Amino acid sequence: MENNLLSLIIFAPLAGAAINWFIGRRVRDERFIGVVACGSVAISAVVAFYLAFMSGGALRSTTPVLDHIWTWLQVGDFRADFALAMDRLSGTYALFITFVGFLIHVFAVGYMHGEAGFYRFFAFLNLFMFSMLTLVLADNFVLMFVGWEGVGLCSYLLIGYYFDKKEAGDAAKKAFITNRIGDWGFVLGIMLTFFVTGSVSFFANPAAGEAAHTALSFFRNQPVETFTAGAIFAGGATSIAVLLFIGAAGKSAQIPLYVWLPDAMAGPTPVSALIHAATMVTAGVYMIVRCSEIFVHAPTAMFIVAIIGAATALFAATIGLAQNDIKKVLAYSTISQLGYMFLACGVGAFIPAIFHVITHAFFKALLFLGSGSVIHGMHHEQDMRRMGGLKKYMPITFATMVTGWLAISGVPIFAGFFSKDEILWKTWSAPAFSLPSTGFSKFLWAIAALTAFLTAVYMTRMMVMTFWGKERFRETHESKHQEPDHHHGPVEPHESPWLMTVPLVVLAVLSTVGGFIGIPYAFVGKDVNVIEHTLEPVVAKVGESAVAPVETHASETPASRAEAEHDAAAAGEAAHATHSSEELNAERMLAGLSVLIALLGIGAGWYMFQKRPLLQMPRLLENKYYVDEVYDAALIRPIEAGSREGLWKIFDVGVIDGLLHSIGEAVTEMGRLARYLQAGFVRGYAAIILFGALILIGIFAYLGFPGV
Amino acid sequence: MEPQLSWYLALSAILFTIGVTGVIIKRNVIAMFMCIELMLNAVNLTFVAFASFFQDVTGQLFVFIVMTVAAAEAAVGLGIIIAIFRNRESLDVDEASILKL
Repeated sequence: MENNLLSLIIFAPLAGAAINWFIGRRVRDERFIGVVACGSVAISAVVAFYLAFMSGGALRSTTPVLDHIWTWLQVGDFRADFALAMDRLSGTYALFITFVGFLIHVFAVGYMHGEAGFYRFFAFLNLFMFSMLTLVLADNFVLMFVGWEGVGLCSYLLIGYYFDKKEAGDAAKKAFITNRIGDWGFVLGIMLTFFVTGSVSFFANPAAGEAAHTALSFFRNQPVETFTAGAIFAGGATSIAVLLFIGAAGKSAQIPLYVWLPDAMAGPTPVSALIHAATMVTAGVYMIVRCSEIFVHAPTAMFIVAIIGAATALFAATIGLAQNDIKKVLAYSTISQLGYMFLACGVGAFIPAIFHVITHAFFKALLFLGSGSVIHGMHHEQDMRRMGGLKKYMPITFATMVTGWLAISGVPIFAGFFSKDEILWKTWSAPAFSLPSTGFSKFLWAIAALTAFLTAVYMTRMMVMTFWGKERFRETHESKHQEPDHHHGPVEPHESPWLMTVPLVVLAVLSTVGGFIGIPYAFVGKDVNVIEHTLEPVVAKVGESAVAPVETHASETPASRAEAEHDAAAAGEAAHATHSSEELNAERMLAGLSVLIALLGIGAGWYMFQKRPLLQMPRLLENKYYVDEVYDAALIRPIEAGSREGLWKIFDVGVIDGLLHSIGEAVTEMGRLARYLQAGFVRGYAAIILFGALILIGIFAYLGFPGV
Repeated sequence: MEPQLSWYLALSAILFTIGVTGVIIKRNVIAMFMCIELMLNAVNLTFVAFASFFQDVTGQLFVFIVMTVAAAEAAVGLGIIIAIFRNRESLDVDEASILKL
């Protein structure tokens, strides 16, 4: 179905960015800039909700809402359009991006109050919304890559917002360069996709003259590739999937490309909430789920995704345990939760991965904004060792952050519990499809459960250090601090203005009830899992590669569409009917176990840190396993040394400069010789002309005139 | 005996050779200038001879063009010669060899 309103979703924030950049910088009125920035995102949100839920909208029918804006690239068989598509998956993403994005914009108006670069900040933030929505709503790989690079650019600009601080500039460059490595994989993946399938589109749009088969539907009738290491280099679905995953690992901060995300906290806190927690870093998950059709044909790639995801989840959680900067804790927590999502993708649980993306967007945006509120109230103090006892000064921030804390820890009824438990259950019960054996799924489950425990511990530590215990912010910290920018005296914390607390409250409510869209069958004995039913038709299932195409065409009649919907619903019921009672019991038992783990974690955290909030954590963890140092020694220094000693001193000076200099010298030398011809004697010139003429005549006389 | 084409061509070649030789051996700039004119007119003679031989008017048209250009060249050349003479009180081209006045 074609609907031109769709382009308004992406172009409204672009217009907002342009207005703030060109007009806002002259007006310099915070109210004007704030209204433009929030208003443009609000327009996006309203349009997104309308297109998703109107009759025949993206989330209510199985046909995507399409908007073909223009034919962008067409070379031979290659065709990439500037076209948008909102199906159930991209619609779900667009909804939470615009909604959470709007709340964060409102928060940022309060948080950034009084900043000199106010207009610049909001222009970039709106530009980010444009890029992110382009990424999500793109109907082909190439346009998706445009959005992918756009969010990378905005991430760079916003991390480096405080560009007069070296730390922020370095962090921005680190983020940009690390992402380049991932993008290299993504680009190769796109090229290979085109090479294999002859298309880069996600959706068939015959009305706009596109080919009927797409990059994804191509794989439907292909056999599943073998589960061997050789498949990675075979140039088929597995190779594509691995390359795409390299891109996803860069954008979503997975091992080994996660190092940029903690440093990215140098940006303003709303940026961390919007880009580095809720939206951009989940783009990798989106991309993998969007390409689930490719991944379910590539068990080896899914195995890699699962292993990397599980490893990242555990690794980042242990580091998060020992950080003292409130935002660093949240950054490592984000990496860890992203690891969860990839683990889910790797075991074929694509829908729980998306579910976790959504709930994570709610509670992690809440936690980041809450930390922003704390930082704001503490006059830009981020070190938790100098906080403590803030709950009586910042009651609203405290209350909302408590819901975020309970949600991420996985306490029942809060949003994080349902999504996390779903991932744990799907990992436990994963088929051997993408794993060496079913026993391996138990191992992955153990890692995920341990991560869940650690998550509860470090979040409790963060809450205890910030909000409970002795008030440490009045103490002087001569011993710990030599930095000149921390010379302000004791601070008096205060609650943040309503512009900041209202988004916190809304997100707190969502973090509490947001999980109800995905209550599993096992808990209530009824089919109320909205998210699963919504996404089921657009996400490929492991081991069912030959399913009938659900993606329908523009030519179909309403009757056949209704039939398709009915079929999808029936399929859903059938899937639930297959639940055996043992499975349901196992799921309930595991859920009980994960509640126990969460409560144990909170208890352990409370026990360890309530009395001794400044408890010294292991140095290895506090120093992040020295990964930055290892990268520095193993990669950056050798590259620098190679560039300086080899590329610069030998290649540049010797070859490039040498070549240029010798060309110059040769010309000089020739000029010196030619100078003898210019003696200034007119008769000499005449003789030379005569000599030349005689030679020419001689040549013609000897060879004859050509053509005569 | 009717004048043959080859007679004209031979005359033209002789005139042209005299011109070339003059340009190379003469030092007086006026004499060199006249030798150049001689070469031009030798070529003109060839043109009209061929025009008559082939019964084609194109050769005569070329002669007009050559004459026009020669007139323009004479004006410029004589101007330069006068300028040189005013500066150096000499018309010897070998003395004017420093590539400036």
